[in-house]
Amino acid sequence: MDEYKDKMEPSTEEVREEQYSLSDDRRVKVLSPGALVAKRFFRNRLAVTGMVILVIMFAFSFIGGVLSPYQQDQKFYRIDSQAKDYAGVLYNDEYRYTVGDADLFKSSVHAQALKAIIQGNDSFEYNGISYTLEKLADEVYTVSSGGNVIGIASKELVNSSTQEAMPFDFTLAAFTAQSGGEKSFSAGGKEYDLSEDGVITDASGSEVAYISKYIVKAVMSDVFFTREFKDDLIAAVESGEKSFKYTGEDGVEAEYILKYDADTKSYDVKQEIDTKVFDTYSAPSKDHWLGTDRNGMDMLTRLMYGGRISLMIGFIVVFLESFLGILMGGISGYFGGWVDGLIMRIVDVFYCIPSMPIIIILGAAMDAANMPSLRRMIYLMLILGVLGWAGVARLVRGQILSLREQEFMTATEACGIAPSRRIFRHLIPNVIPQLIVYMTMGLGETIILEATLSFLGLGVRFPFASWGNIINDVNDTFVLTNYWFIWIPAGVLLLITVLAFNIVGDGLRDAFDPKMKR
Amino acid sequence: MRKYILKRLLQSVVILFFVAFIIYALMRCLPTSYIEAMARQKSMQAGSKSYEEWMEQLTVMYNMDGSIVSGYFKWLGQMLTGNFGDSWRWTVPVLQKFNDTVWLSFAMGLISFVLEILIAVPLGIIAATKQYSKTDYTISVIALAGISLPTFFFASLLKLVFSVKLGWFDLYGLVGRSYDQLSAFGQIMDKANHLVLPIITLVVVSMGGLMRYTRTNMLEVLNADYIRTARAKGLSERKVIYHHAFRNTLIPLVTIIGGSLPGLFGGALITETLFGIPGIGFASYYSMVAGDIPFSMFYLVFISILTLLGNLIADILYAVVDPRVRIA
Repeated sequence: MDEYKDKMEPSTEEVREEQYSLSDDRRVKVLSPGALVAKRFFRNRLAVTGMVILVIMFAFSFIGGVLSPYQQDQKFYRIDSQAKDYAGVLYNDEYRYTVGDADLFKSSVHAQALKAIIQGNDSFEYNGISYTLEKLADEVYTVSSGGNVIGIASKELVNSSTQEAMPFDFTLAAFTAQSGGEKSFSAGGKEYDLSEDGVITDASGSEVAYISKYIVKAVMSDVFFTREFKDDLIAAVESGEKSFKYTGEDGVEAEYILKYDADTKSYDVKQEIDTKVFDTYSAPSKDHWLGTDRNGMDMLTRLMYGGRISLMIGFIVVFLESFLGILMGGISGYFGGWVDGLIMRIVDVFYCIPSMPIIIILGAAMDAANMPSLRRMIYLMLILGVLGWAGVARLVRGQILSLREQEFMTATEACGIAPSRRIFRHLIPNVIPQLIVYMTMGLGETIILEATLSFLGLGVRFPFASWGNIINDVNDTFVLTNYWFIWIPAGVLLLITVLAFNIVGDGLRDAFDPKMKR
Repeated sequence: MRKYILKRLLQSVVILFFVAFIIYALMRCLPTSYIEAMARQKSMQAGSKSYEEWMEQLTVMYNMDGSIVSGYFKWLGQMLTGNFGDSWRWTVPVLQKFNDTVWLSFAMGLISFVLEILIAVPLGIIAATKQYSKTDYTISVIALAGISLPTFFFASLLKLVFSVKLGWFDLYGLVGRSYDQLSAFGQIMDKANHLVLPIITLVVVSMGGLMRYTRTNMLEVLNADYIRTARAKGLSERKVIYHHAFRNTLIPLVTIIGGSLPGLFGGALITETLFGIPGIGFASYYSMVAGDIPFSMFYLVFISILTLLGNLIADILYAVVDPRVRIA
């Protein structure tokens, strides 16, 4: 088009006009048909606007992707503090029973023992068996029957620091030692040390259990609490604090939040840890001008790459259907007769096939077959092309039927030019104007179709971006309501691009029409 | 004329035969089908037969054994006797599901079609009479924008503005939560309320084409010799346009409008699905995605018939309203 532009340059023309004499033939401006079309097109301000928009869109999609500092499938992360259920703390203010002899110290006996403790009795009888209560310490009683200790009723508890449960002998020995103020005791043939605050350590110095009214349990079975953590935790519970900080052995400081649950009379402890998560749906910022999408990818970059795919699919499909359409329409229109009849019936069939439902069915089938994204995209283009050629074939045939009767075609026949050359060198070029208009409009239509399919999740698939599948997120009502930047930019780009294609197509139609005076 | 219609009808039947065959073959070739999904589901149940056994039994049960060609003729034979089978996805006879859904779609389609004509035709005529003016450009751009607007995007925008921000309408569905408590009139109003956004979507998306068509035809008529004559006679511009020009524009308009009438029964696949309106488009979308062959076949053939019928009506109307056209 540049060569035509030069001719239209007014300043140079004026200069030339002055030089030629009035009778000079060169004074009359001769423009080729192509130049006339270009001239008419560039006079149409709307069409030029459309053209400019298209150029911008192409630059945005094809150059923008290169300039963008990010990749289309580059994921971004952010540090997020998440509160996880970490531990539960139970303060025990009722008597609990440690069972030594399960046959004798049944739950019915527990109630009798409790009654005796409250009444201050030393012994009680139940079902003809007599039991003796012995006070070890404040709120710690042993229950014996027939001289043997069969159980312990206490408010303080011996809690295992490891995963294993403590044997009864151990518990009894621990309580006995504590009440006697002893610093060590032996149980099960092993020596243990008992500190003042109730921590029991074995010979190697590692903690095995502790005596306390607080029961600290981890939510996750693989979490093991250190003594210090438990002390801090219990201190926080006793002082009624809502949260406390603790630096673990790995040196990471985390915040713990306490919440009292009145129903179970226990405290839920939540750990606030900083976790690295995908930076999903982050609002537009300096780093990400249009925010990030569901997968934590840069929206603007996705839009650029999406534009590439959308435009490329549009072009490939339109070229495919034009190729098929020109071939079939050309043959049909030129030869006529039964060839024409046959091809036109095929065209009728393809015209009649409801393309949208068929594509939806095939899309669902490709879904079921778990097809890789790239192959799926290629098939999609083939399907769209094969379903769309009928219109082009009709157009080409109609044009050829009228052109065939004109003198220049009789001339080509008289010159003995081969049929294929006659069709493709002399007929088709005359159909080109209508075809270009049809293709330009078809591009817009194809882009919308592809976007609609991708929107329904039946077209282009992740990891590829297309404008349609970017808007697909809006199916989630939460995104629709809260994250405009996810779907509105893609929709606007789609609208503008298709609009530009239609405007340019319209402008070309007017420009090609010799009846148009403007 | 009768001969022409008869010939066209016969041609349509042949086309339909092949279209239905292509659709049938496609549906049969689907790599995974509803039957497989069902067999898998059934074989999962405790104490059930194996997947292969279920597969075998269900294949026979649903007439899916045998080749595609023989299966097609079997289907065709049953269809001709009016037996369309039972829908797999909706577990009711196909015709019943069709009857349940098609009237809603038709009502929605008809209302939006009437609105579309009422808006598009006057605007197209105004644009043509004021060619190259600002009004013309504005209307042309609006028409093109309507054509270029992706249905799903426009529907989402409407939902955001009217359902989320303003809260005037529900996001999905045909009836509201308190539908059952409403009076008969209230129920109708409730449904009407839920149809507002889908109808707006349909009108805006489809009016562009008609607007441009009206404008182009009106321009053609305005350039005709008899309009020049009318002007030369000294008739007022009003009379020239609305009496002489408009009547002639009606010819192509009536043709295209008549041709689109059958399409109203076809439902709006995308719009209905997006707004959750249980019309024929909605039902067919979920049937197709689920691989429900009887209903999808029925729907696709139905749509094909509507297309053929629309073309036929358009061609006949063309001859009827325009005495210059003679059909052989």
